[in-house]
Amino acid sequence: MVGIVGYGAYIPRYRIKVEEIASVWGADAQSYRKGLLVEEKSVPAPDQDTITMAVEASKRAIKRAGIDPREIGAVYVGSESHPYAVKPSGTVLAEAIGACPEVHTADLEFACKAGTEGMYLAMSLVKAGEIKYGLGVGADTSQGAPGDALEYTTAAGAAAFIFGRENILAEVIETYSYTTDMPDFWRREYQYYPRHGGRFTGDPAYFKHIMGAAQGIMAKAGVKPEDITYVIFHQPNGKFPLRVGELLGFKKKQIEPGLLVTYLGNTYSGSSPMGLTATFDIAQPGDLVLIVSYGSGAGSDAFLFRMTERIEEVRDLAPKTRDMLFGPKVYVDYGTYAKFRKKIRKATE
Amino acid sequence: MPTPSRYWREIPQRYRLEAGRCRRCGFIAFPPRLVCPRCQSREFEVIKLAEEGRIISYTIIRVPPHQFVDQAPYAVGIVELDDGVKLMGQIVDCPFEELKTGLRVRIEFRKIMEEGEAGIIYYGYKFVPA
Amino acid sequence: MREVAVIGIGMTKWGELWEKSLRTIFVETALAAMDDAGIDRLDAMYIGCMSSGLFVGQEHLGSLLADYLGQKPVPAARVESACASGGLALRLGFIDVASGMHDIVLVGGIEKMTDLNANEATYALGTAADQEYEGYHGITFPGLYALIARAHMEKYGTTREQLALVAVKNHENGSLNPLAQFPFKITVDAVLNSALVADPLRVLDCSPITDGAAAVILAPVEIARKLQKPVVKIIGSGHATDSIALAQREDITWLESVYQSARQALAMADKKIEEIDVFEVHDCFTIAEICIMEALGLVEKGKGGPAVEAGLTRIDGRIPVNPSGGLKAKGHPVGATGVAQAVEIVKQLRGEAGPRQVKGARLGLTQNMGGTGGSSVVHIFAAE
Repeated sequence: MVGIVGYGAYIPRYRIKVEEIASVWGADAQSYRKGLLVEEKSVPAPDQDTITMAVEASKRAIKRAGIDPREIGAVYVGSESHPYAVKPSGTVLAEAIGACPEVHTADLEFACKAGTEGMYLAMSLVKAGEIKYGLGVGADTSQGAPGDALEYTTAAGAAAFIFGRENILAEVIETYSYTTDMPDFWRREYQYYPRHGGRFTGDPAYFKHIMGAAQGIMAKAGVKPEDITYVIFHQPNGKFPLRVGELLGFKKKQIEPGLLVTYLGNTYSGSSPMGLTATFDIAQPGDLVLIVSYGSGAGSDAFLFRMTERIEEVRDLAPKTRDMLFGPKVYVDYGTYAKFRKKIRKATE
Repeated sequence: MPTPSRYWREIPQRYRLEAGRCRRCGFIAFPPRLVCPRCQSREFEVIKLAEEGRIISYTIIRVPPHQFVDQAPYAVGIVELDDGVKLMGQIVDCPFEELKTGLRVRIEFRKIMEEGEAGIIYYGYKFVPA
Repeated sequence: MREVAVIGIGMTKWGELWEKSLRTIFVETALAAMDDAGIDRLDAMYIGCMSSGLFVGQEHLGSLLADYLGQKPVPAARVESACASGGLALRLGFIDVASGMHDIVLVGGIEKMTDLNANEATYALGTAADQEYEGYHGITFPGLYALIARAHMEKYGTTREQLALVAVKNHENGSLNPLAQFPFKITVDAVLNSALVADPLRVLDCSPITDGAAAVILAPVEIARKLQKPVVKIIGSGHATDSIALAQREDITWLESVYQSARQALAMADKKIEEIDVFEVHDCFTIAEICIMEALGLVEKGKGGPAVEAGLTRIDGRIPVNPSGGLKAKGHPVGATGVAQAVEIVKQLRGEAGPRQVKGARLGLTQNMGGTGGSSVVHIFAAE
């Protein structure tokens, strides 16, 4: 039996409201708030990046797992905002948590799905008997071009999961990946901001792949939507996950505990993984939890978990995701946001 | 700006707060040392520092050294951790008006500085309100 | 050990000396001291300089300055202890003469700081702090002293106004010193309204960036007695080290190295602090002067602020501190400061301090400090 032995999340303290962004560009805040079902998003401080958030989320996962980090045999960081173009995020993370030197690490990239990719690899190595524990992290400090629709949702956060065979809190029942080649959203090298195909990113991209993966995993596992307690979908905005859930036959109350985007924004590689941590924070032993990620380009990874008794013993050992989301936060204005996100820079000598 | 090798050498301290505890008198040296300043013993064991503490004193730097020019103003303080060790670090995620001596803080992994657009990124510990 | 006297002193105007290079400033000052002593050959040189390498890219100062002073092949050593470089050079020169190794020894101090911009200079000065565990986190010297100031204010109730009064008093003295960088008075309001540098310290709490040098000539007292000048001897020398990192001190409001170095110097001189008539101390920041007064034992711990407020440290007060204007008004070319303190005390003990004269001064003390108290050097001077 393979499953998750520890999980953790990290959300930066700063926020910016949709209204604040809209007021700068002369856009209609109401239509963005209603159309996207997003009120505000997290903003990373200038001293935070994918690596710093991955470290904090991973430390929390280790606290819940109660393991010696030297026993972690693999560390994978999935992001589309790795701080270096060449030099791994994974090595900094592995050093910071104390997993070095006997550890395998790799950095992963697949738009918003890179987090679940790391999870899949970590899980697979444990399943194959290669390592005792594997850490998979999804973290991003995603960027939206000034004035672009994405600017209202691109946010920052991290979620970390440690897989193992002992003291499991969520057993892996089934996995399924659905992948096709799709130019729905991309960024060329040396470009600062990504570009996307507008409405092309909807039905043929997000919806097709999520539905493909969700239906695939449910068929493989022999379950129906009503058998599943909670489902978490990738959350580029508040509308898509609710709509795809409805199309698949899920009810709102199954989706809501893992739906963070309205107040968090889209944390890209952290998106569905963070929804999963928020779900673990409230799930009960025996609950079936389904997560379906989506990364443009395109693909979806799905995991089906069954919660064990252990979740009750460990969930309070580290901060809960919604506590961080609604805990002490600091709102910034657009100028400060632009400065933090390096959209404007100080002229130095 | 430390050079890459100078930065890398201190990683156990910067990333994991590894310190040395004197086997003879219990003094905790951070960073680790070869000679105990209290009892001159040369025997130490590696330990990790506590993760929370309180602010002993703080200031807000408004005229920074050149590598920190784009960060100013920022708060720096001396924190006494729960194991009695004192260390210096930036205090972040705290509006300046809320800074005060005695404030409980905890350690968080953050970027310290970047060497321009092309140099390496320096990581280390900072303090956030607990 | 032989008795050592100061037979010559030299100092030129301090400030932003754009037209003058490091070697020019030094040589002009050294010649002034040699002329004051009436000598033209030296047996040895000690030069205090904190960081010519960072400020102007120049090391190997001993040889460079010995050569440009026309003294090669004289043995010349550059001495460094951050901001206590000058005081330490004085101590090493004193030991050289006292031991009998050399007779006529020049002790100089020099710093040429204005070739860097403000942020670069802040970095260079920051090298006196712990690079990996203080500087790495973005602290500056004003920041370190601001940490001390806040702790002192919270522990003892020292006020912002009391800190300002240190600067006001030093400027009042400096306005009487034609060689000072800022020979003008300032008000408490000016201090309190000056821009914040590192809360709670403001621009006018901080000593400036300065180009300048100072020099003294030391000789055995027998030689001094033959000259047509009042004899001033160095009768005590003390030097102590401490952790340079502020976080590693027990109590950041207490300067242990100052206490230790003063104790040593007083013991050697066989004097008590109460017997000293005039003091030149290291007011790199206003709070520093207050902490130093307490560590020297001039006032009880925590009572430095009220003492300044009561006017005790004015030239006409019971414990005159920094009649020269201190680092604040006179300027702080780092390596030169410790030697300039000696220049002022010698003037005071010769009776040559003019409007700054402390009446009847017979015993004087200089205290020069490195970093936030990582090193301190104290000398006691006596008029014979």
